[in-house]
Amino acid sequence: MEKITLDKGAPEGLSRVDGRMKVTGRAKYSAEYKVAGVTYGVLAGSTITSGSIKTIDTKKAENAPGVLAVITYLNAPKIPGYQTETPAAKGALKIFYDDKIFFNGQPVALVIADTFERALFAASLVKVTYNATTFQTNLKSNLSTGVSPHNGPDYLRGSGDAYKNAPVKVEQEYLIPTEVHNPMELHAIIASWDADDKVSVYDKTQGIKSTQRSIAQAFKLPQENVHVMSPFVGGAFGAALRTWPHEIAAVLAAKVVKKPVKLVLSRADMFTSVGYRPHTWQKIGLGATADGKLTGITHEASGQTSVYEDFTEGVVNISQLMYACPNVNTKYRLVSLNVNTPTPMRGPGEATGAFALESAMDELSYALNIDPIELRMRNYAETDPQTGKPYSSKFLNDAYKIGADAIGWSKRNAKPGTVKENGWLAGYGMAAGMFGAYRGSATVVARLLADGTLHIETAVTDIGPGTGTAMTTIASEVMGISSDKVNFKLGDSTMPPSPTQGGSSVTATVGSAVSDACTQLKEKLKELNGNSESASAGYAQILQQHNLPQLEVTVTSKGGPELGKYAMYSWSVHFMKVLVHPVTGVVKIQQGLSVADAGHIVSPKTARSQMIGGSIMGAGMALMEEAVIDHRYGRLMNNNFADYHVPVQADIPQIEALFVNKPDPYLNPMGAKGMGEIATIGVAAALANAVYNATGKRVRDLPITPDKLV
Amino acid sequence: MKSKMPGTLPECEMEAPENSRRNFLKQSALITAVALTPAVATKAADMHVDEKIAEAFEKLPIKFEVNGVQQSLSVEPRATLLDILREQLDLTGTKKGCDYGQCGACTVHVDGHRVNSCLTLGVMVNGKKVTTIEGLAKGEELHPMQEAFLKHDGFQCGYCTPGQIMSAVACIREGHANSETEIREFMSGNICRCGAYPNIVNAIQEVKEGGHAV
Repeated sequence: MEKITLDKGAPEGLSRVDGRMKVTGRAKYSAEYKVAGVTYGVLAGSTITSGSIKTIDTKKAENAPGVLAVITYLNAPKIPGYQTETPAAKGALKIFYDDKIFFNGQPVALVIADTFERALFAASLVKVTYNATTFQTNLKSNLSTGVSPHNGPDYLRGSGDAYKNAPVKVEQEYLIPTEVHNPMELHAIIASWDADDKVSVYDKTQGIKSTQRSIAQAFKLPQENVHVMSPFVGGAFGAALRTWPHEIAAVLAAKVVKKPVKLVLSRADMFTSVGYRPHTWQKIGLGATADGKLTGITHEASGQTSVYEDFTEGVVNISQLMYACPNVNTKYRLVSLNVNTPTPMRGPGEATGAFALESAMDELSYALNIDPIELRMRNYAETDPQTGKPYSSKFLNDAYKIGADAIGWSKRNAKPGTVKENGWLAGYGMAAGMFGAYRGSATVVARLLADGTLHIETAVTDIGPGTGTAMTTIASEVMGISSDKVNFKLGDSTMPPSPTQGGSSVTATVGSAVSDACTQLKEKLKELNGNSESASAGYAQILQQHNLPQLEVTVTSKGGPELGKYAMYSWSVHFMKVLVHPVTGVVKIQQGLSVADAGHIVSPKTARSQMIGGSIMGAGMALMEEAVIDHRYGRLMNNNFADYHVPVQADIPQIEALFVNKPDPYLNPMGAKGMGEIATIGVAAALANAVYNATGKRVRDLPITPDKLV
Repeated sequence: MKSKMPGTLPECEMEAPENSRRNFLKQSALITAVALTPAVATKAADMHVDEKIAEAFEKLPIKFEVNGVQQSLSVEPRATLLDILREQLDLTGTKKGCDYGQCGACTVHVDGHRVNSCLTLGVMVNGKKVTTIEGLAKGEELHPMQEAFLKHDGFQCGYCTPGQIMSAVACIREGHANSETEIREFMSGNICRCGAYPNIVNAIQEVKEGGHAV
């Protein structure tokens, strides 16, 4: 077991390979490329929440200085990909398609001008009148309208609602508000048509190849005629998993004005254009024997989606998977509202579900008077409860122990509201998280040059976790060469295909391809060297001896049949110590600690930061984040950073991340499992549980703001 | 305020101000031309000279120093320092995160003090010295704060990083880096959504305690 401790010394592991670019301002994000003749687009949004456009007067905007075009549904060239879809079918919002308005802020016009200031001003001159119709934006008052997605059956294992007959039970409702990804980089795209059937985009995206496919599909272009570049992405957390209407609009606008168009969303646009974690109502029923064996779990959830598109996520899955329990039934419903479509946000589904399940487990621990960790251990699943398959690896029990020792869990007083420190109520809480460990397919090209440097390319992105650093570490370890001899390049659709960065799968997927490519290179070197192993220092020499300028392999790598034999999951446990002011209800996190079972930790320095960052995002979810709609108008009231609070420095103490660091034997050659999601899944419950331990007040509707504690 | 039924539109659409100053300038330009000769006036109108004159009147000359280099620009009064740096001077190290002074990504130094460049109009820095992230290192030699951010992994995606570093340097210069708590308070104007806060604090403390000149 490796402990990565936090002190003022540097965390161990390779520093970010792109770090120097980032600290000097040389790293260029999508809006920052100098493109000759670039013009600027600014979107104007609907001021009604449902209905249709009656009139659009664009004359003033068109006559404003510097304006090149004002695009609306009335004059927009037809987007070929939109025409082939069934008009009535639900699906992605089609921008400038017709007069229909589904939500407040929906783009109704795009102004293109020669400067940003002029485009911004002209957008304010677009005059739209509407036929407004009644709308619904309130989840709570529309719960009864929920429908089962895809008409799928509800999940049942054993008998349903078994908790109701248990000797000890918990039955509670939990609510999470809409949470918005809000990466610091605004979504941005620069689109340029290089020929009538060829377009290039610098675009903020998590998926290079998926963006290439989406744009090609929308404009009916051969895929290779769409060039997508995204070498640096300023955070995304799920918000750049798909191609959004504004990206299609920018490509369209560049065609209209016959010039490159740069479109940068405003922070307000970020709340209505690129998804969010949906407002979700949940109900949990837990039943247990007096000695703490779970006899029934019932989990119901209703999440909001838009009226034009269904968005589903695995909110209730965690209740089917987390604990050994013979009787489990779950039910998931979608409530269509006049809002924009949600999208996966870090720990999609599971972060929402874990808040409810892990809060309820805490409530059960108090009802049973059993320590929360002990309760979890009494229901520890040794095989996958859903399929009965063995786990590829599971060291959650180790994680509980490591975490309990490190945070000083023994100091927790099981009686809530009894401990005071300097006038503040103090409490400890914990909660667990899990997420599927996936491995997809990736192709990399690896070139060893005669100077001994290794160059690897694949069309993946790095939204922040440190993919380049992890890949460099893998290559350097397999080849036995120093990391400064490895040059890993990503972020361009002309490179070999790689998956979208999401679902905690990139290290497992792309890392395997890098590892396989390096292994093949080594074998080739061995052949060249008369079948004898060569020391890494001799690579350059072998190439030189054979007069080879380079040695190149292209390798596609994906998992084998073992992926189907095992249940593969990453696991986490989060511990929090909070102080709650008894008069004001202010919650201060005093100590935070997350422990991950994410297999072998490939890149310890960046992994540690990713775990800490995930915990901080969970702290935001627990304590402050809430997008609020004024249901009289269907409009967001806090679409900016002054009113929508995310954690800032003053909210966050030193948070620690520790790793079990035991390899998974089956998922991939590195023994690594994913980590991005489990860093956040469970954090909100850990904080709610700590607040309960401190105050005796159970808050079941996030965020836990002071008004709920006084 | 009268209560509204749900689903009705409040009368709160903003009326954009009439573009009167610009129209006045355009008209004045044409009237001046008419005073010369009608033929000149016609030609001037054809060539959109009125537009160009109006544009010239609308822009203001500014001179300021950026990272030690003197810049003379003609800018619209409404153009922010942030947009001027990014769009006109190609200094894209300074980041746009909100445009409202709420996130700190655009932090630069003006005459040595940290400011949000999105809340600073270009015309306000006339005659001043601006330092951006691109001006912090001495050639290839990084500033101690940049080194400390690398060492402590004070970032992930890197987008808020230039603003964090500019703010961190100023935080020490201001004498606001004497404890972890103080650093957290005085660095709270710079949001990091990736959550690198503890690492950022460690980086700042190392530079402060190392006694480096910042």
